[in-house]
Amino acid sequence: MSAATLLEVRDLHVYLGESHILQGVSFDVRQSGITGLLGRNGVGKTTTLRGILGLVTRTGHVVLGGEETTALPVHEIVRRGVAYVPEDRDVFAGLTVEENLRLAERAGSELRYDLVYELFPELRQRAAQKAGTLSGGQQQMVALARALLNADNRILLVDEPTKGLAPLVVRQVVEALQRAAEVATILLVEQNLSVAHKLVRDVVVLDQGRVSFTGDVDQLMGDPELARRHLGLAAAGSH
Amino acid sequence: MTTIALLLITGLGLGALYFLIAAGLSLIWGLMRVLNFAHGAFFTVAAYAGWSASRLLTSSPAELRWAVAVVVAIVVGGAFAALTEVLLIRPLYSRHVGQVLVTVGLALATISLVQGGFGSDPQPFAVPDWMTNTSSIAGAGIPNTRLLVIVFAAVVLAVLLFFLQRTRFGLIVRAGVENRDMVQALGIDVQRAFTLVFTIGGMAAGLSGILAATYYGTVDPVRGTSMLIFAFIVVIIGGLGSVTGSAVAAVVVGVLQQFLNFYAAAGVGDFSVVLLLAVVLLVRPGGFSGSST
Amino acid sequence: MTRSVRIGVAVLLVVLAVLPFVGITIPGLFDGALNAPGTLNLLGMCFVFGALAVTYDIVFGYVGLLSFGHALYFATGVYVTAIALARWHWSLPAALALTVVVSLVLPLVLGAICLRMRDIPFAMVTLAFAQAGSILVMQNPFGLTGGEEGLALGGDVLPSFLVGVVNTRNVYWVAFALIVVVYVVAWRAVNSPPGRVWQAIRENERRVGVLGLNPYLYKLGAFVLSAFLASICGVVYLLLQGGANPQVTTADFTLALLVMVVLGGVGTLWGAVLGGLAYEYLDFRLVALSNAPAVQSLPALLRVPLSEPLFLLGVLFIVLVLFVPGGLGGALRRRLPLRA
Repeated sequence: MSAATLLEVRDLHVYLGESHILQGVSFDVRQSGITGLLGRNGVGKTTTLRGILGLVTRTGHVVLGGEETTALPVHEIVRRGVAYVPEDRDVFAGLTVEENLRLAERAGSELRYDLVYELFPELRQRAAQKAGTLSGGQQQMVALARALLNADNRILLVDEPTKGLAPLVVRQVVEALQRAAEVATILLVEQNLSVAHKLVRDVVVLDQGRVSFTGDVDQLMGDPELARRHLGLAAAGSH
Repeated sequence: MTTIALLLITGLGLGALYFLIAAGLSLIWGLMRVLNFAHGAFFTVAAYAGWSASRLLTSSPAELRWAVAVVVAIVVGGAFAALTEVLLIRPLYSRHVGQVLVTVGLALATISLVQGGFGSDPQPFAVPDWMTNTSSIAGAGIPNTRLLVIVFAAVVLAVLLFFLQRTRFGLIVRAGVENRDMVQALGIDVQRAFTLVFTIGGMAAGLSGILAATYYGTVDPVRGTSMLIFAFIVVIIGGLGSVTGSAVAAVVVGVLQQFLNFYAAAGVGDFSVVLLLAVVLLVRPGGFSGSST
Repeated sequence: MTRSVRIGVAVLLVVLAVLPFVGITIPGLFDGALNAPGTLNLLGMCFVFGALAVTYDIVFGYVGLLSFGHALYFATGVYVTAIALARWHWSLPAALALTVVVSLVLPLVLGAICLRMRDIPFAMVTLAFAQAGSILVMQNPFGLTGGEEGLALGGDVLPSFLVGVVNTRNVYWVAFALIVVVYVVAWRAVNSPPGRVWQAIRENERRVGVLGLNPYLYKLGAFVLSAFLASICGVVYLLLQGGANPQVTTADFTLALLVMVVLGGVGTLWGAVLGGLAYEYLDFRLVALSNAPAVQSLPALLRVPLSEPLFLLGVLFIVLVLFVPGGLGGALRRRLPLRA
C-alpha cells in the first residue's frame, strides 16, 4: 500500500489581487491511484491545481518525481508528464474535436487514441464537429481525452469533472477516471462526495487556503463528525 | 460605369493595403491581447528600407530594383517585429497596458527618427514602367499598381489561411486566440507562437509599406500612422482575432471610403468609415464575425 | 500630506502667482528673465499641459480607461472657441458659452458609444473618433477650421487685456488659475463617493456591478468630466498660442498626453501635473538642444536622433515603462513622505 510519492507540494502561497488565496498548502500525492482534493467552495482547490501547473504566480515548492518544477514555465512542467482537465473543460470551441485532440499530442509521447476512442466512442463520430457545439458532457469527454492521449502523462489534475452533468454521463466519466487511474496518477477535485468516495483513496481537505485534513477516504467519510467538520454540514447529509 | 469600376478597384487596392496591416494586428491582438501601435512603425521602417535598397541599385533594371525593395521590406518588417516582441513586449508579460505603452513609445521614437533621417516630405519611389501604366477593365483605365496590390493581398490572405487551417502552428495560434492558458497547459510553448505571430505580422506590415509606396509612388514618414488607424477600424469591424473578418472589413472600408470621397467630398469617405464603425459597434459590439472576447 | 509638504506647496503657489513681478534670470533653466514674455509663455504652456495631463489621469489613472482620443476634446475647446471668435466674430463670453455646451454634449454622445467596448477595443474606438475629428479639421469644412494652415485669432477678436506681448502676464495668470482650478476639481472628484466607485471599477468592474451600481454610468460620468476639463484647457491653450493649429487634433498629440501621464506616474494627480510640466518643458528645451551648435556639429549618426525631441521622449518613455513602472511620481514618492 505504501507507494512512492509522485508529487510533493510544499508551503504553496498564492495571492490574487489583495486576497491571500493559498496560505501555505503542503501535501503529498502517492504514485498511482486517485487522490481527492476536497473542501467547500472557494477554499482554493482550483487555485492549488493551477499553482501546481504554474498558471498562477505562487511561492513555495512543487516537486514532481523528485524534480523541483516550481521555477519552470507552464509548458515545461506539462511536458514532464502533467495533464490538466480544468473545471470549465476549456475545450477550444472554434476547433473541431479532432483538432482539439491533435493540439494535445506531444512529440515523443506514445499516443493512446485506442484508449480514448474506446472510452468515448462518440468522439470518433464527432471528430469533425466544432467543440463549441458539443454538449457539456461531450466537452468533458474531449477534455479528459486530451489528458489521456499522451501515454507519458504521469499525473492528471482533474477539476470537478462531473459538475453539471447528467447521471448517465457522470457514470461514463467515473468509468473513464477509473480506467485512467490504472495508467496514471490522478489528483481529483470533486464536489460530488458519493463520486469522490467511490474513486478516491487518499484525501487532502482544504479549508480557507490551508490543509485541514489528510488521510484515508474511509477514515473521513466513515466518521460523520469528522466529515461535517471538514466538508461542511451538507457533506454529512449526502450519501 | 467606368467610374464605378475605377472606384471599385481603387477601393479594393486601398482595402488590400489595410488588410495587410490589419491581419497582423488582429492576430497579435487575438493571441497576445496587445494593441500594437508599433505596427505603423514596422510599415514605415520597412518601406524606407526597401526604398533605400532600391536607391542603392540605380544601375540595375527597374524590375529587379523593385523586387529587391519588396524582399528587403518584408525581411526588415519581420525582423523589426521579432526584435520588438523579444526585447520590449516579452519583459512586460502580463502587463497589457505596459505593452501597449511600450509600442506607443516605439512608434513615436521610430517615426520621428525616420523623419529626422529622411526628411518630413514624401520621397519618390521608382517602380517599373509597366506598373504605372493602366489596364482596361470594364472600359475603365485601371492603374496596374492597384491590381498588383490586390493580387499580393489575395496571395497573403490565401497563405495566412493555409497557415492557420493546415499547420500545427496555425492550430496553436487559433487555439491561443481562444484560451492562451489552456494552450500552455497542453505543454505548448506559447511564447514561441507570440514571436512567430509578431514576425508574420511585421512581414505583412512591411509588405504593405512597400506596396503603399508603389501605390502612391512615394514613401512618406507619416503614412504609417494614418494607415494604422484605418487598420484598427478594420480590425474592430472585422472582429478581433479573425483574419477572414479583417479581409472582408478591409474591402468594405476601402471601397466605401473611395466611393464617398469621390461622390460626396474629399474626406467624407474617411469620416464615414468612422461612422460605420460606430454603427457596427452599436449593432454588434463584437464586430462582423461576432467574437465576444 | 505632511505639514512641511503643505507649507512647501503653499510657498510654491505664492511664488508662481507673483512670478510676473520677478525680474531675476536663472541661467540654464530659462533663456530670459523669469518675467520675460517668452518665459511666461513657456510656463503658461507648461501649466496648460500639466492641467491637461490631470484631466487625462482622471479617466486613465483613476477609472482605468485607456482612451486614445483625448486630443479630440482638447481640440474641441481650441477650435470651437477659435471659430466662434475669428469666423463668426462672437464676443468672448458668447464663444465660451458655446464651447461649454459643445464640450459637454460631444463627450456624452461619443462616450456613450465608446464605452460599449472595454479595455483595448475601447482604446481603438476612441482613437477612431479622434481621427474623425482630425480629418474634419484638416478638410477645412466651409472654410471654418483653416485646414492644415490652422486658424489665427487676429488682434481684434479678444478683449485687449489678453492680447499682445505686454499682456502675456495676464494670460499667464489665466493659465495658472487653470491648473489650480483643474487640480482642485479633479481632486474633489476622485475623492468623492463617485470617485471611489471609479477606482473600484479600475480594480474590478464586475464587483462594482455586483454591488448594484451601474459601472457604465460612472464611467460615462468620468469620461464627460475629463473631456470637459480638457476642452477648458484647450481654450486657455488658444489664448496662449493666439490661434488654433491642427497638431492638437492628431493621434500623436494624444500619445504625447499618454507619455506625460505615464512620465509622472499613473493614478496620482500631482504626478500627472509633474509629467505634463516636465514633458512640455523637455519638448521645448530639447528643440533648443537640437539646434545647439554642439549637436549640429556631431556626425549624422548621433546628430539625427538628438535633433528629434519625439525620439528622445519616446525612448525615455520606453525606458520608464520597462524599468520605472510608477513613473517619476512613483520614484519620488519612495523618497518623499508624500501620499497620493
